[in-house]
Amino acid sequence: MADYRSMWAELGLDLEKHDILLGALPGMYEGIFLTQDNRPEGMAYFDFVIGEIHGLRVKELMDHKASGGKVVGLFCVFVPEDLILAAGAIPVGLCAGTQFSVPDAEEVLPRNTCALIKSSFGFKVGRTCPYVQASDFVIGETTCDGKKKMYELLGQYHPTYVMEVPQKKTPLGRELFLEELRGLKAKLEEETGVTITAERLAEATALVEAKRAALRRLHNARRARPVPISGLDALLVTQVAFYDDVVRFTEKVSALCDELEGRVARGEGVAPAAAPRILVSGSPMAVPNWKLHRILEDSGAVVVGEESCTGTRYFTPAVAKNDGTLAGQLAAIADRQLETHCACFTPNDERIDDVLTLAEGWDVDGVVHYSLQFCHTFANEAVKVEKALAIRGVPLLRIETDYSDEDMGQIRNRVDAFLEMVRR
Amino acid sequence: MTYAGLDIGSRTIVLVEFDEGLKDYAILDTGPNPIQRCQQLLDGKTYRGLVATGYGRHLAATAFAHEAISEIKAYAVGARYLYPDCRTVIDVGGQDCKAALLSEDGNVRKFEMNDRCAAGTGRFLEVMARALELSIGELGDHALSATRMTPVNSLCTVFAESEVVSLIARGEDSRTIALGLHDAIATRIAGMVRRVGPRERVVFAGGGALNACLGRLLSQKIGLELTVPEQPQIVGALGAALVARAR
Repeated sequence: MADYRSMWAELGLDLEKHDILLGALPGMYEGIFLTQDNRPEGMAYFDFVIGEIHGLRVKELMDHKASGGKVVGLFCVFVPEDLILAAGAIPVGLCAGTQFSVPDAEEVLPRNTCALIKSSFGFKVGRTCPYVQASDFVIGETTCDGKKKMYELLGQYHPTYVMEVPQKKTPLGRELFLEELRGLKAKLEEETGVTITAERLAEATALVEAKRAALRRLHNARRARPVPISGLDALLVTQVAFYDDVVRFTEKVSALCDELEGRVARGEGVAPAAAPRILVSGSPMAVPNWKLHRILEDSGAVVVGEESCTGTRYFTPAVAKNDGTLAGQLAAIADRQLETHCACFTPNDERIDDVLTLAEGWDVDGVVHYSLQFCHTFANEAVKVEKALAIRGVPLLRIETDYSDEDMGQIRNRVDAFLEMVRR
Repeated sequence: MTYAGLDIGSRTIVLVEFDEGLKDYAILDTGPNPIQRCQQLLDGKTYRGLVATGYGRHLAATAFAHEAISEIKAYAVGARYLYPDCRTVIDVGGQDCKAALLSEDGNVRKFEMNDRCAAGTGRFLEVMARALELSIGELGDHALSATRMTPVNSLCTVFAESEVVSLIARGEDSRTIALGLHDAIATRIAGMVRRVGPRERVVFAGGGALNACLGRLLSQKIGLELTVPEQPQIVGALGAALVARAR
């Protein structure tokens, strides 16, 4: 990696602390990813991206800013990336996946807040995430009470704009969300000085849709038995989607898919065909949260899908054909975003249907329901998910955890027992 | 033709030897170096098959065992050997507790385990026995001799210990406190057991099953009879030995 210290200093990072964070990553990444058997060659690009995690991409963002562009931070799949791109700004998913930043957050936030919220907040107050530092402002959303109130506090440290996501999938909810999109459009235009025209938006949506389509293709390749890519690698690709350049990323994922489809045609896989196939469903997993996948795959299972915001919820809904006017496109984007079957909605039975569809279509032997501790929405939905799966005879294991390593032994214990149970 | 099962738990290590039937067993404290302790235990012995279970199972599988199985499976296999009609296993061990529902043919259908917290485990009872200046072996009978109960509200081992200290300071009878402590964790364990939808016969095993008060309260709370094996601590190692034989 090139020397980015002057850039990091310019961004106001706490260099000493940031060194500790970056120092820990290569060893961890090597132990988890590079030791996997039979990895697709196409993963080399993603290894490179992680190697440059706070380097090259941040440099690209800084260059974009130097030429007058804006950078917009976000945390959630409800924030439409295409609207940001249409304003000539770059959307970037912010760091939120490690225990490292949690102690900084706990100096301010209540301890019994979910790890994702604490980690993201801690990165800002501890000045250890170059992405949030590089962002001109961040867009929050109201997808849970913890985040909603955290954004109020985050606003004291960084420009923060919050858009409302409705709680019910009703015509009224859609109207509200559409109005929020209009408000966000105005905000983006004000910040960037760029007018979002129908042409600009159509172009941006095409880029985002191509990215989503590439991720869906990857997701579909994982239907094969044996599976051509590990769950860890597939998860990593989705995680990188949140902050990489949209065009380059789409190319690299497409190339990876070519390779994977070749493997499928030849019947090649990363694990034996008999390896238990697991669907992970629940809370999102931000980089570098690889804890559950690592335990599952270390124990001999393969993860074949993530019903999650770092999985199907990120790339499944597609924009419907529309009349191409600005209003028509915005409505189509609103509909696409509201097709995200997140536990923030009530009721949210479509998510149960998604889990059942994935369990069947991806030939799943068992589902692991993952909730971050204090993520009440997903923890509660686990009850319904488990019942619906039981009727189909698909076993479910509930895991509730955070980012720390202290419960690795207990989780491994349950995972081992679960895999003994589902092994055919 | 001897097979062995080794259950390396957080508090004890159990070795079971099995040929035509249960041949012998040994129970040792785990201590700071469980693998070394196992090696001492196994010194000079050879088995046709050796399967490990418990927290140290993966380490053991790397060092000397032929295979590692989860405690859920080990307890299920062990309990079914002792009671072929067993459909539910409850295991209260040193640092965790578990409940498993078995199918008619003995396969694990559903299980629940406590999370990282020590509530509802043997560790909880150990800490409370110490707070009441009793040995772990005395605690259950002490509680059973109570004529009424002092409710204990905390399930957290750390908070419950301070609660016990303040109850003692308030002049509460240590027997009634002991009963309250048992009631608190029996409630917790019963909740977990209900989640698997328990069916008879219910076998209660693990070190916690040596405590008669816990067994009685648990049975009341789930509304089912519990069967406690003669040596409840060895059920996991026995299951591992049986898996070694079946390999």
